[in-house]
Amino acid sequence: MCDQTFMAATFGPCDSCSKASPLMNIYIKSEAINYCSFCVEMMACQGLQKGETLASLKKESENLKKKLEEERGKLNDVERNQVAEKVEAVAALSLKTRRVLKGHGNKVLCMDWCKDKRRLVSSSQDGKVIVWDAFTLNKEHGITLPCTWVMACAYAPSGCAVACGGLDNKCSVVPLSLDRTENLAAKKKSVAMHTNYVSGCSFTNSDMQLLTSSGDGTCALWDVESGQLLQSFHGHTADVLSLDLAPSETGNTFVSGGCDMKANVWDMRSGQNIQSFESHESDINCVKYYPSGDAFASASDDATCRFYDLRADREVAVYQKDSIIFGASSVDFSLSGRLLFSGHNDYTINIWDVLKGTRVSILFGHENRISRVRVSPDGTALCSASWDNSLRIWA
Amino acid sequence: MTIRTARPNRGQRFRPRTHCLKKLDAIVVEMQDPKNGVKGSEQKLNVTTIPHAITGANITAWICNKMKTSTEEAQVFGTMLVAYGYIYPLQNHRKLVMCNDSSLYRFQTPYFWPSQQWVPEDSDYAIYLAKRNIRKKGMLEPYEQVDYNHLHEWLNHKWDFIVMQATEQYKAGRDRNKADRVVFDCQERAFWIVNRPPRRTHSALDVGPERLINPNVEEKITFDQYRRVNIFYQQAIMRSKVKSSVSLGALVKYITSYKNHDAFLAPCLPSNPWETDHDAYWTLNMRRVDVPTKMRVERWSFSLFELLTDLRGRDDFKIFLKKEFSGENLAFWEAAEELKWGTASSMSAKAESIFKTFLAPGAPRWINIDGRTMGLTVKGLEHPHRYVLEAAQTHVFMLMKKDTFFRYLKSPTYKEIQKKALSPEAHNFSPAQLEENARNRSAGIHPIILWQQEEEEKAKAAAASAPVDVKAVMSKIDRKK
Repeated sequence: MCDQTFMAATFGPCDSCSKASPLMNIYIKSEAINYCSFCVEMMACQGLQKGETLASLKKESENLKKKLEEERGKLNDVERNQVAEKVEAVAALSLKTRRVLKGHGNKVLCMDWCKDKRRLVSSSQDGKVIVWDAFTLNKEHGITLPCTWVMACAYAPSGCAVACGGLDNKCSVVPLSLDRTENLAAKKKSVAMHTNYVSGCSFTNSDMQLLTSSGDGTCALWDVESGQLLQSFHGHTADVLSLDLAPSETGNTFVSGGCDMKANVWDMRSGQNIQSFESHESDINCVKYYPSGDAFASASDDATCRFYDLRADREVAVYQKDSIIFGASSVDFSLSGRLLFSGHNDYTINIWDVLKGTRVSILFGHENRISRVRVSPDGTALCSASWDNSLRIWA
Repeated sequence: MTIRTARPNRGQRFRPRTHCLKKLDAIVVEMQDPKNGVKGSEQKLNVTTIPHAITGANITAWICNKMKTSTEEAQVFGTMLVAYGYIYPLQNHRKLVMCNDSSLYRFQTPYFWPSQQWVPEDSDYAIYLAKRNIRKKGMLEPYEQVDYNHLHEWLNHKWDFIVMQATEQYKAGRDRNKADRVVFDCQERAFWIVNRPPRRTHSALDVGPERLINPNVEEKITFDQYRRVNIFYQQAIMRSKVKSSVSLGALVKYITSYKNHDAFLAPCLPSNPWETDHDAYWTLNMRRVDVPTKMRVERWSFSLFELLTDLRGRDDFKIFLKKEFSGENLAFWEAAEELKWGTASSMSAKAESIFKTFLAPGAPRWINIDGRTMGLTVKGLEHPHRYVLEAAQTHVFMLMKKDTFFRYLKSPTYKEIQKKALSPEAHNFSPAQLEENARNRSAGIHPIILWQQEEEEKAKAAAASAPVDVKAVMSKIDRKK
């Protein structure tokens, strides 16, 4: 759990305008102050002061970046592989396909597990969203959306609704019902409105709030009941492709990855970007938190997955191999965090040993690129969704 | 900060997600190296002799050797090379897979590689189809005929130009010698199979909707963007960080604690439902079991977060707190969570009830927090916001985490549940039983029903533990008198 965000003051009177609102913790000339997001914007957009030019600001930026790297380096007293030497190796894995879910008529773009560990929702290119009981292979609900390329779908924590969005620039919430014959699309409710495609969505700890990421470069937190925008997150300079919420007791942060090759960590309360990691060489397709919430992994088009330690604020592992050339589109951790599953564009799923950095196993079976891999909530199975129109459950 | 709106039109010059193509180019060049590349030879195909044909087996072996991978992986990589159009099959030209046998392949000419900047346009495709039609009518495949008719309609305004180009190319082709012509025809055909695949087949070049950012263009950064970035860097530098040894040590500790709970690393007791088709594991670990399993009880001891997230564990914790008469901390924490994650419209009502129950002087379930936090919270409640209780909630949580949680783990309540907890025997199904299980997979309870049950229980519990309104009881007694 990230102690920093836990203890910081995030609500109260702003030091600049005195209004009570969520606060951003920033530093002006090494002095800590708490400003509301509006005052921070005002400060940033102030006209150029005497002696300031675009070039001087750029130089200051580069110096600060170097200083940050120095600070990070100071605490780098041991490397991950040194720590990993003392840990015993992972036993050989033999994962088999246990279920193949066929039913989508087109590329499956996204899937999400329900908290009951057996149901899942999947969305595809032709606008269909299907809720499956993966254990019995029953298709429980089918919802047809009027848009194509439904790139994001999520199951609500209560199991009573699903959210989906894509090229329609919206994210909608559809309440599920016990009546199999009911037309669910009629009760669909548009919650999120972006100015470009929605690439990822996730419910927070309850059904009442939805977090979305979009191609317009922003992430946003919405109130489901009213459709109100609660908080928006600006900082990416390109499409945001993925987001994940921290599994910590506070549940106050989330990480997002985008086409600007950056993975940013945000404080949900104030909208502040608190940490940023820029070490990938191409678009980041997916980000996922480590089960303890103290680290996260990212998958990118540069065919590597990287592991970042949030408390030490640096990258600690790069998972790559000469024979892996095609981009990774999705990652997920096993329950203990020892294994990392990555789905690639060469139709395979690689399994990595998180601590030792080596590849433990490779899974074949899909006939087109993998769009999403997700471990079930109790860690008993892995589900992979692919552009070959099917989903596979591995255990 | 830039919010992008309209989809940019970069014509056909932009090729997204081509990071892998540069590496593929390098590998294919190496494969064609006369000394260390794949061994090829002349092959006879129909009547003509094809130079530099290679077998699938040789390609797979070379990849195996070069990348030090298994045969299966090498075959997958070979298939990707064929799917992207770097290598094309000579015999079954429509099936873009690498077969690890004596089927023949050839390297595609670099002119047709996907890493080239030009994108095959519809008019190019129309010229190609028209040329084949001129050469011999009726030679087009059904799907190509459909495409041809469609293009004829769609590009009707350019059709004279297209036919003229096609005729020119046909004539130029006739001037070449037969071997060259056959080779070029094969290459061109392979190129169009990759770039215009028949219906219902997958194309490796299909990358989905275009991303808005153009990596070929340097973005112009304005002064306010630099300011924002500087603000970010300043706070990032001042952020307290932890030594690597400490944080990596914590990660290793986490992995070690949870190792036996990870179904991929240790066997699931009684059995993994996905492996044996028997859902006993899920039934034993349901929300409201009387007796939890030993593994579940062990997990509660890992952290307060685990204990509270597992609602069965939270129930047990509540039993302990009731015995200690300190249930108000957890009740406040739960109420604050509901405020944080609730709907925007319910906030002021919730904030008011929380104030009355937990924070007001003389409140029935008054929580003991320090004066400064209390002052801040009460002031904030004048204009309630969903994060108004953050400071108080943090304080209460830390109290529970650092003190109450450890007392719980040492308490008779926990020790008792540890003793009572079940340790299920591992299943040992015979193949016949496994088949039986597969036929009778149980449907379980629908999450909506479970949710409704949960809400009912919550309402019952809230009514039972609501603070007694002394005035109401007194007035009842008075009325009775």
